[in-house]
Amino acid sequence: MPTKTDKRTTGSGRNDTGIDTNAVRADFPILTREINGHPLVYLDSAASSQKPKAVINSIVDYYENYHSNVHRGLHTLAEKATNAYENVRGRTAQFIGAPHVEEVIFTRGATESINAIASAWGDDNVGEGDEIVITEMEHHANFVPWYALAKRKNAILKKISITTDGQLDLSNLSEIITERTKVVAVSHMSNVLGTINPIKELAQAAHKVGAILVADGAQAVPHMPVNVSELGVDFYAFSSHKMLGPTGVGVLWGKKEILEKMQPFLYGGEMIREVSFEKVTWADLPNKFEAGTPNIADVIGFEAALDYLENLGMDNIRRHEIDVTTYAIEQLSKLKGITIQGPHDATMRGGAISFTDADIHPHDISTFLDSKGIAVRAGHHCAQPLMRAMNIIATARASFYIYNDRKDVDTLCNALTQMRSYFGL
Amino acid sequence: MSSQLDDMYRDIILDHFRAPRGKSKLDKKDFSSGGHNPSCGDEIEMDIKEENGVLKDIHVKCRGCAISVASGSILAEAVKGKPFEEVVKIAEEVRKILKGEEGVLSEDLEDVDALKGVRKFPVRVKCALLAWLTLIEGIKNYKSEDGKENPTISTDEDDK
Ligand SMILES: Cc1ncc(COP(=O)(O)O)c(C=O)c1O
Repeated sequence: MPTKTDKRTTGSGRNDTGIDTNAVRADFPILTREINGHPLVYLDSAASSQKPKAVINSIVDYYENYHSNVHRGLHTLAEKATNAYENVRGRTAQFIGAPHVEEVIFTRGATESINAIASAWGDDNVGEGDEIVITEMEHHANFVPWYALAKRKNAILKKISITTDGQLDLSNLSEIITERTKVVAVSHMSNVLGTINPIKELAQAAHKVGAILVADGAQAVPHMPVNVSELGVDFYAFSSHKMLGPTGVGVLWGKKEILEKMQPFLYGGEMIREVSFEKVTWADLPNKFEAGTPNIADVIGFEAALDYLENLGMDNIRRHEIDVTTYAIEQLSKLKGITIQGPHDATMRGGAISFTDADIHPHDISTFLDSKGIAVRAGHHCAQPLMRAMNIIATARASFYIYNDRKDVDTLCNALTQMRSYFGL
Repeated sequence: MSSQLDDMYRDIILDHFRAPRGKSKLDKKDFSSGGHNPSCGDEIEMDIKEENGVLKDIHVKCRGCAISVASGSILAEAVKGKPFEEVVKIAEEVRKILKGEEGVLSEDLEDVDALKGVRKFPVRVKCALLAWLTLIEGIKNYKSEDGKENPTISTDEDDK
């Protein structure tokens, strides 16, 4: 495994950001395969990242050596599995700067985490005429649960608009966040524009009127250091599969005092203290929110992902991505017909770069790039309200991670140039 | 693989994409039909002029991927001047072919036949279908009693 002190050994990166992409690549078995006769250039990590061997092996090791159910056995394997599972909770808390281990709840993913907040917290705290504030750049995962809550409760859904350069328009914030606002739900980093949003300021604005702030960190946690205490948020949601970990694991972090008052959103085994026919009492945090057998294997795999990221260092990862993103924006801007969406300053954004071609539809772009072994995403990226706000139907999106470097940007740009001549433009 | 790519983006398809037919607006239209494909955002509108049961002229405007634009253009060329009965028959055959069923096209419809390459890209079949479904729906609606309203179809509904 590469470490922070590894130095780049080949010329593929031409930058020194503390991450040796060649060493990183060697840890990801899938990156050695070919797609349509070309070496795979994976530029779709914003949808889901690839997995290092260490993650894959840790799942195999768990199943081969210490699989058992957690929290319910007194035998050796049950104890080992429980310890391993609970250990990941502690590691996760540390990773995001959570003050209390029991504030970390494992879910299936960011989507489930946000749904849980919108129903369990929302049902008890949002009423008729109350206001829910979201933004125009939300992923459907941080939009539809709030839309549904507003419908259920006859509450009012309000939005913070975006500026033409893909930032939140905070000029009239005091008209949007008001005394009636109960919750402000914002993505920490946009999956379409890459924009990093001022979560700390928004949390302060929310708190000023007695509202809570829910941050969707699905795109932020994989790519930059995140500290929920410093951000001052009340809830934070993210997914393991976008940060090298397995699918099927997500995190719901919430402030202890809020979680303690919040109703469960799943009922069954493991989440109870005592059950009689007449009366059931809930278990303490975190078990109150983890009914049933959890996804033990993938949570254990998630720990290997945290190890991998920590070993590289989140600061180094952020620096590396600023470098690649800066280069990508620079190179893409030179191409005829291509328009980049979102901020052009890489220090204000992540490495998910949406672009359009004046003449070629994103689906044609994606199909063409795929024939060259390049994987990008095309479509509305689960953000139809944003597409409408930008007045486009879809974009192509190239997103970069620790295994991508400047050479991948060159491969992408060459292919895009070939594409225009292929389509006779 | 590039050959598979070339199979979808055949020269005929790219030619229609670059220079879509049926582009000029009609001085007079008898009915219109619109369609869209929510999953990728393709949008199509067509105006049609009728004379004695014959599709006298057609104007197609499509905003979308190369396949949907080319398909609309191929359609405009293929149906112009044909009796509605024959037009509907052709559109139904195209629908069958794109959905992987047996369909028969007369030999003069070579360009229509070029759409076949799309079948190797299942997610793109919808794009090729859009124009044809929009036309079928428009004619059906024009012929029905409460005609004149402009129908709007969505290819996603056709999937069910
Ligand atoms: C910003 C954002 N929020 C939420 C999600 C939902 O994540 P998941 O599908 O893992 O639940 C995504 C994933 O695409 C995302 O990009």
